[in-house]
Amino acid sequence: MNLTRRETVLLAAGASVAVMVPFRAFADAAENIAAFTGGAAVGEGGITLTAPEIAENGNTVPVDVDAPGAVEIMVLAVGNPNPAVGTFKFGPLAAAQMASTRIRLSKTQNVMAIAKMADGSFVQATKEVKVTIGGCGG
Amino acid sequence: MAASAIWGASGFGNWGRLAAQQVLTQDDLLSFDTFGNVSLIHITDIHAQLKPIYFREPEINLGVGTGRGNVPHITGADFRKLYGIADGSSSHYALSYDDFAALGKTYGKMGGLDRVATVVKAIRADRPDAILLDGGDTWHGSYTCYHSQGQDMVNTMNLLKPDAMTFHWEFTLGSDRVRDLVSGLPYAALAQNIFDSEWDEPTEDFKPYEFFERGGVKIAVIGQAFPYMPIANPGWMFPEYSFGIRDNRMQKMVDEVRGMGAELVVVLSHNGFDVDKKMAGVVTGIDVILSGHTHDALPEPVLVGETIIVASGSNGKFVSRVDLDVREGRMMGFRHKLIPIFSDVIEPDAEMAAAIDAERAPHQAQLDEVIGTVADDTVLFRRGNFNGSWDDLICDALLSERDAEIAMSPGVRWGPSLMPGQQITRDDLWNCTSMTYPNAYRTEMTGEFIHTIMEDVADNIFNPDPYYQQGGDMVRMGGLGYRIDINKPIGERISDITLLKTGETLDPAKNYVVAGWASVNEGTAGPAIWDVVEAHIRKLGTVSVAPNTSVQVIGA
Repeated sequence: MNLTRRETVLLAAGASVAVMVPFRAFADAAENIAAFTGGAAVGEGGITLTAPEIAENGNTVPVDVDAPGAVEIMVLAVGNPNPAVGTFKFGPLAAAQMASTRIRLSKTQNVMAIAKMADGSFVQATKEVKVTIGGCGG
Repeated sequence: MAASAIWGASGFGNWGRLAAQQVLTQDDLLSFDTFGNVSLIHITDIHAQLKPIYFREPEINLGVGTGRGNVPHITGADFRKLYGIADGSSSHYALSYDDFAALGKTYGKMGGLDRVATVVKAIRADRPDAILLDGGDTWHGSYTCYHSQGQDMVNTMNLLKPDAMTFHWEFTLGSDRVRDLVSGLPYAALAQNIFDSEWDEPTEDFKPYEFFERGGVKIAVIGQAFPYMPIANPGWMFPEYSFGIRDNRMQKMVDEVRGMGAELVVVLSHNGFDVDKKMAGVVTGIDVILSGHTHDALPEPVLVGETIIVASGSNGKFVSRVDLDVREGRMMGFRHKLIPIFSDVIEPDAEMAAAIDAERAPHQAQLDEVIGTVADDTVLFRRGNFNGSWDDLICDALLSERDAEIAMSPGVRWGPSLMPGQQITRDDLWNCTSMTYPNAYRTEMTGEFIHTIMEDVADNIFNPDPYYQQGGDMVRMGGLGYRIDINKPIGERISDITLLKTGETLDPAKNYVVAGWASVNEGTAGPAIWDVVEAHIRKLGTVSVAPNTSVQVIGA
């Protein structure tokens, strides 16, 4: 089967395999991380965070996360006044542990995704997204 | 190159030597020892220059991070030393900036699409199935291109019979016009990185790649449009598209075409050189990147791993020929030549010359109208990280015609040069100002906001990570001097901003009257920049521009 992302989004919505829930938000990224991980160590690898290097529009920046085997993925906009974006929860029916959303970035900052894996371990990925007022193309 | 499995050679040495002997003939310029089984022809960033022009390469082209001290961030005598180019040779004139006016008298104008046609035909006579690839920035940059909404370039380029093209300034014609022109192209319009902005998935309007079977070799050409389209240019003109580098998708496309049997993978790119260099290290499996956008002309390809990156200059000044030996499903070696289009040496192709004249004929009186003269002490040029005399002239025009304290002019890299004593025609003026968002605004900005703009633009050029660079040069500031430390982070590069007229330091809290052009904001009001500059030049009569010493650079 060859699905476009559009179809995948619709499928996902129909099957409720991935649910994005806003969570109790802290004003500080570190507090959000601590609440999500319970202070457990966070490794690297096994999670892909895709976001533009430079945002085309800081008000709506597309962000994709993909962490095979994850049960939850938390997304943070580390430099926003309220860094919490949300957490994707994947039920047992989810064929893939990936999700897409759009977020608002107040300024140039790191976007972070932390995945909780089925075995209770955590992995993270970070990407800097630049929010610029525009330049002059060559 | 010895360390690489790929064997390569550049034809540069040949014409460099010949030129040093002051011997230039068409045969010399075109001589090429045909190699391997595949030929690529690359031309890019023509910016609608149908006729021969003067084009001075940059004096200041600073690199940061991994770019520092590496090509293309080497200029002038250092550049000539690196490539063994003799002082005073034709390659000195074509590839570096100094003695430009004097050497221009000897070697004349460069470019002209009719000369390019002669070169392309000669290569095809040698290798009939050579692939011609246009790197974009073709449908922008002249009076006739503006008035025909790119049609003059489409008509003339069609005669060259390209095999594929990618895009940047084309989108400033507006997405409806782009789709209209693209739908009629008899060749492939390629870009793997143009997405539908609403659904964030690849658009169906541009194919990611095209296959060609040449010389018994299955070749995939993948397109890469300018990644920062809606940021560097007005996004409201093409709201349904999203761009970006998208190197993960590039990897997917490379893997996909390899899986489909591609023996040679070529990326036709408008990333800019430093971005291509980084991408070549991130994405595996690309054999050749034909690099555009940053207008660099390099006499030899740059090797990153097993990928060669070819930079073919701008404004029709050069055509690159790359011959490749592809066997057993891989690129075994290459031979390359950056062919300089000396317009007095290469015979114009008659068919193309007639087509160019036909495009220009309806506008001839407008094009030829003389509006001023360049003074004997002045070369009007644009290229350089911080200023160019063309931009100084434009900033002066904005200050005086729009009655402003501060002027801003975009750091674009297109726009040919004019020599001392040369007449300035409307054609020439439009070559340096033509665009679809030309309004010269007049507004008030706080000193703090002006500083923020300068920091923002500086970071687009001097961010040490190439993926965060947009190409282009620093915004040109009229009426202001400043100091820049290129190695500092954003927010700390610019200091000592001074109003040149009074010597006062820019006050962050104070409002200043600012005039500028090429705003990416929708609804920008004001007269077209070419009218502003024409009025100014007419008042001056003869244009003399003093050397600009208002920018102090640290960390170069």
